[in-house]
Amino acid sequence: MNHTGTDAAALQRTQGKKASLSSYIAKFRELGLLAFIVILAVGVQLRNPSFLTWENLNDIATNTAILAILSVGMMLVIITRGIDLSIGATLALSGMTAALTVSHNPGLHPLAAILVGVGIGLLCGIVVGFLVSWVNILPIIATLGMMNVFRGLTFETSGGKWVSAHQMPESFKGIATGAFLGINNLIWIAAVIYIVAYYFVSHTRTGRRVYAIGSNPESAKISGIRSGRILWLVYTIMGGLSGLAGVLWVSKFASAQGDTAAGYEMNVIAACVLGGVSIAGGVGKISGVLLGAILLGILNNALPMINVSPFWQNFIQGAIILVAVLVNAMVKRGIDRNNLMRRKI
Amino acid sequence: MEQRLIANKKDFTLKGFFLQWEWLLVLLIFAVFVMNSNLSPYFLDTANLLDATMGFLDKAFIVLPMVFIILLADIDISVASIVALSSVIMADLYNHGVPMELAMVICLAVGTLCGWINGLLIVKYKELSAVIVTLSTMIIYRGIAYILLEDQASGKFPSWFNFLGWGYVGGIPFILIAFVVFAIAFWILLHKTNFGRMLYAMGNNPTAARYSGVQVNRLKVIAFTLAGLMSAVTALFLTSRMGSTRPNIATGYELEVIAMVVLGGVSTAGGKGRMIGAVLAVFLIGFLRYGLGLVNVSAQMLLIIMGVLLIVSVAVPELKQRFSFARKR
Repeated sequence: MNHTGTDAAALQRTQGKKASLSSYIAKFRELGLLAFIVILAVGVQLRNPSFLTWENLNDIATNTAILAILSVGMMLVIITRGIDLSIGATLALSGMTAALTVSHNPGLHPLAAILVGVGIGLLCGIVVGFLVSWVNILPIIATLGMMNVFRGLTFETSGGKWVSAHQMPESFKGIATGAFLGINNLIWIAAVIYIVAYYFVSHTRTGRRVYAIGSNPESAKISGIRSGRILWLVYTIMGGLSGLAGVLWVSKFASAQGDTAAGYEMNVIAACVLGGVSIAGGVGKISGVLLGAILLGILNNALPMINVSPFWQNFIQGAIILVAVLVNAMVKRGIDRNNLMRRKI
Repeated sequence: MEQRLIANKKDFTLKGFFLQWEWLLVLLIFAVFVMNSNLSPYFLDTANLLDATMGFLDKAFIVLPMVFIILLADIDISVASIVALSSVIMADLYNHGVPMELAMVICLAVGTLCGWINGLLIVKYKELSAVIVTLSTMIIYRGIAYILLEDQASGKFPSWFNFLGWGYVGGIPFILIAFVVFAIAFWILLHKTNFGRMLYAMGNNPTAARYSGVQVNRLKVIAFTLAGLMSAVTALFLTSRMGSTRPNIATGYELEVIAMVVLGGVSTAGGKGRMIGAVLAVFLIGFLRYGLGLVNVSAQMLLIIMGVLLIVSVAVPELKQRFSFARKR
């Protein structure tokens, strides 16, 4: 059901009818986003010539990598009609734990630090998933509560102190600053995750079940899908990705604080809804989410470059989310209306 | 959609009366009192208790309309941002020469407008859940507050304005009197008027309520507008208590308010819960925090406790229902 838009458009083409505006938008959503990104880039470039330089583009890609990694997990969660507000806190907790671990054992291999972070993240995800799938708490309430628990735990584990750059060994900082074949490690990691995620959602049964649950929980249940398990899995994946992002974040900024990434979940949700993931569940594409994340990354980079006050950023971000979900809703309405009209004839 | 039967009015039994959720809350409040008076010999003193209420009642005003919203199986997480925005606008206007009385009225108007916008978006775009609408307005409202005041604080209010947060009427804190008056008004609205009955009907089964002629959209808009208005009332009391305002005031209030409502026995599935429970939960959490403050529990630990409290109070009814189903089978 995830390709309602494209299916509808394809059907209409075969019937030789003129497709409506909304189905066009749905069909060319990714292209439209891409066009918007290009227009934005050209606009910013005219105001500030240092925007489209190799260093800056590399910078944007590196900065967007973490957001993009988290967006994949959030996409899965939103497809199942859920939402996860706890990821900023999970990120901080696992980043802090990893940073404390390496500061006490400077000889530790960076991969071990990543494993520690991912492990903590998985654990957080398992708890959230348990609350949502087994105890049956609304995702928003469960994650709102756990957000505070994880955030409090972050402060408690660190005793309110920061772990700063000089306490971290070079090998740990190298995770995010190092490069392979001239491209930053973060970009490689994000690319691998996107390829795996693409395979997962479009070519595995479990991946298709995620969509099935989101588009119609009742019929998913009747067709024998154990939705509880899928939900649990989805929140666990989200937790694991947040854990990974936590290590990368701390390694990149070379500091772990109690309030690391506070409110970052909003950026991630924004990237998802910009990329066409429907809050009503069942709809969302990996390519869309990637473009959504890139668009947000460019905005975050470009706004300071064209001298927009940092105090405007909150407002702009909220407005983007609202407009994106409103557009999604309108497009869906248009498609539904078209389908209904076709049915009459 | 889950099917539910609404039972007829039950006969009064002593056992049923004492097995209510609200009695559990009363017991818990009693336990907190015992704990607190063990911690501090000065706790059980009338003047001290009354003063303690001044510290936590500011956010309690939002709890009242939040009961309505959660009864409708919706949620509003933008309330804390509405508090910040209306407070910042009031302070900014006052410091630009607008008389304080007018600024206060505008503060209430801004809150009401914000709540109305939330409600309107939610009923106009049914595809969007209240979660995502209030999530985005949460960022937008606080974003506007940041645009207006950047990272400055704004204050220097006239001295009579302090009365709201610090004043007494006949030895009783004014904020307590105001809260009791509002609580009674909301109790009447929920339990003694058509409006309240329709809220329950909508919460239990929105489709059936609509077919029975309940103006579903209008009710929902009213509930969210009330939440905006009461957030502005909170803004008045909170600003008066703090003496100045910043764009980041009231962060995390939405969590506490929602925690109080669900701890008060209002089901997030909608249609179940009473005003008295939420009011009891306000005092339970308030005195619990006060007591933990007496023994110097850190703010971070309080965060954890609030989070766990929220989860537990939602999980208990869910688990109870699950196990009672299992037994019946």
